[in-house]
Amino acid sequence: MSNLEALYQEVILDHNRKPRNFREMENADRRIEGRNPLCGDEITLWVKLDGDTVADVSFKSTGCAVSKSSASLMTSSVKGKTVDETLALFDRFHQMITGKLADGEREKMGSLAALGGVARFPIRVKCASLAWHALRSAVQGGGQEVSTEHEGPPQTEGA
Amino acid sequence: MKSIPQVLTSRDTLPRTARIESRSRRADFPILASHPELHYLDSAATSQKPSAVLDAIRQYYENDNANPHRGAYDLSARSTQRYLDARERVADFLGVIDSATLIFTRGTTEAINLVATAWGRTSVRKGDEIVITGMEHHANFVPWQQLSILMGAKLRICELTGDGRIDLDRLKKLLTAKTKIVAFSHVSNALGTINPVREIVALVRDKAPQAITVCDGAQSAPHMRVRIEELGVDFFAFSGHKMLGPMGIGGLVGRRSLLEKMPPYQMGGDMIEFVGDDRTTWNVLPHKFEAGTPNVADAVGLAAACDYLDSIGMDGVRGHELELLRELIARLTAVEGVVLYGPTDLSQRSGVVSFTVEGIHPHDLSTVLDQDGVCIRAGHHCAQPLMRRLNVPATARASVYVYTDQNDLDALIRGIERAKEMFR
Repeated sequence: MSNLEALYQEVILDHNRKPRNFREMENADRRIEGRNPLCGDEITLWVKLDGDTVADVSFKSTGCAVSKSSASLMTSSVKGKTVDETLALFDRFHQMITGKLADGEREKMGSLAALGGVARFPIRVKCASLAWHALRSAVQGGGQEVSTEHEGPPQTEGA
Repeated sequence: MKSIPQVLTSRDTLPRTARIESRSRRADFPILASHPELHYLDSAATSQKPSAVLDAIRQYYENDNANPHRGAYDLSARSTQRYLDARERVADFLGVIDSATLIFTRGTTEAINLVATAWGRTSVRKGDEIVITGMEHHANFVPWQQLSILMGAKLRICELTGDGRIDLDRLKKLLTAKTKIVAFSHVSNALGTINPVREIVALVRDKAPQAITVCDGAQSAPHMRVRIEELGVDFFAFSGHKMLGPMGIGGLVGRRSLLEKMPPYQMGGDMIEFVGDDRTTWNVLPHKFEAGTPNVADAVGLAAACDYLDSIGMDGVRGHELELLRELIARLTAVEGVVLYGPTDLSQRSGVVSFTVEGIHPHDLSTVLDQDGVCIRAGHHCAQPLMRRLNVPATARASVYVYTDQNDLDALIRGIERAKEMFR
């Protein structure tokens, strides 16, 4: 598989075309905004908690295929998980897209494994992790804006 | 914002009889000569460097390197002379007769900050107004915004026409007795718009004669014949690295009467005349604004870049780019789903083309193109206020220079078609 095919797998392209849970949520418990200063990607994430469980997640965003599909796949995979399970999944996902997850482990990532190709594109780690940073902040009780400025190789947008 | 296609004239879309070549020139640029697969279309961000520039820098360090203006020995005198010659050469390139009014800086950003700090903080008062435009690069936006906040002045942003030009009627209305500074780009880095500088200066002289004019020339000096004194602006900022020179050198050209009244921007060695225990007097121009050991090697490199550009001739540079621009716009227009931004009249455009492809985020497009060695810029181009006005989060931007040829444009178009296949 070429790098490009690894990055833009059919699952990714499908979620980009038809993002799941792409809606605003009324009576959400948490609403959080995230942005990627490099490319101007923006996401708003809504989370509904039922005790310690993520009962519902939705998002609206403008961004590239990687960021949108990552957000879409994330919302599908964390529903019904506890906060601790969600945080653990954040860690594993982050390891995967930065190429630090063992191959055997990657197979256990389910549909999220489709984003494994991001590891071959260090400058796209920010795109894939934007929604996840927003989610982590939301379930940890944050309500502030999150940014992925610190992710990946140092980079700004210039000239 | 209107796209270009409907206004292209038949002359612009006529099939070319000859391919646009730049093979021999490409050989002058080691990075392009040793990477034939590279299609570098991001010269608006930074240009590649010809051997002549790299050799000049190396030659300086190998033969003439010492701290200038200091040592009482021949080597230091040679270094001083090289620095002096470089200033003369760059001043001549830009049509500046009084070379002492050319201050070397790290680049355009530092040059604009110099004016905003040294002139702005001593001359702008509460209630004054600073006029900029909606197309400015952050380097010609944020310093004025922050100066306004600091001094209690009001920042007025001149809106653009539908096709991405400064709306002169609106500008006229913004210019009043309160206007202290009018800052605008010569050429837009995101849209390629060539602004009518002399017309703008005439408007300012007429409506707000007390105001100074600051022109961001980062995107014009590399691509067209610029005679600063003919433009009539009070300050003109430029970057060496966008005009085949090294990174870390650029300059500010200012009106002598203003520069002489301004306090220094930074304090240190070289910029002083006499340092007492409790007071200091300043050196003459240009040294007053060049604190610390100057960047002699890169100034020498920039002078070599001016030589290289003059060997082509700036009219030749512009002519080559105009051919590429016409071809690029015609080819992009023919791709379904491509939207172009900026002026429709090619005589008002530099070799910068911003565009979007329906259904493909510019960042994804850039990644796909990169696989074929095609380097374009994707994002907000350090012009977030402009992106808001275009109502797009980001665009893709291709920009050309002396070494660009038709192969590069072919590769770009092939890559866009490939991306469209992928994201269908």
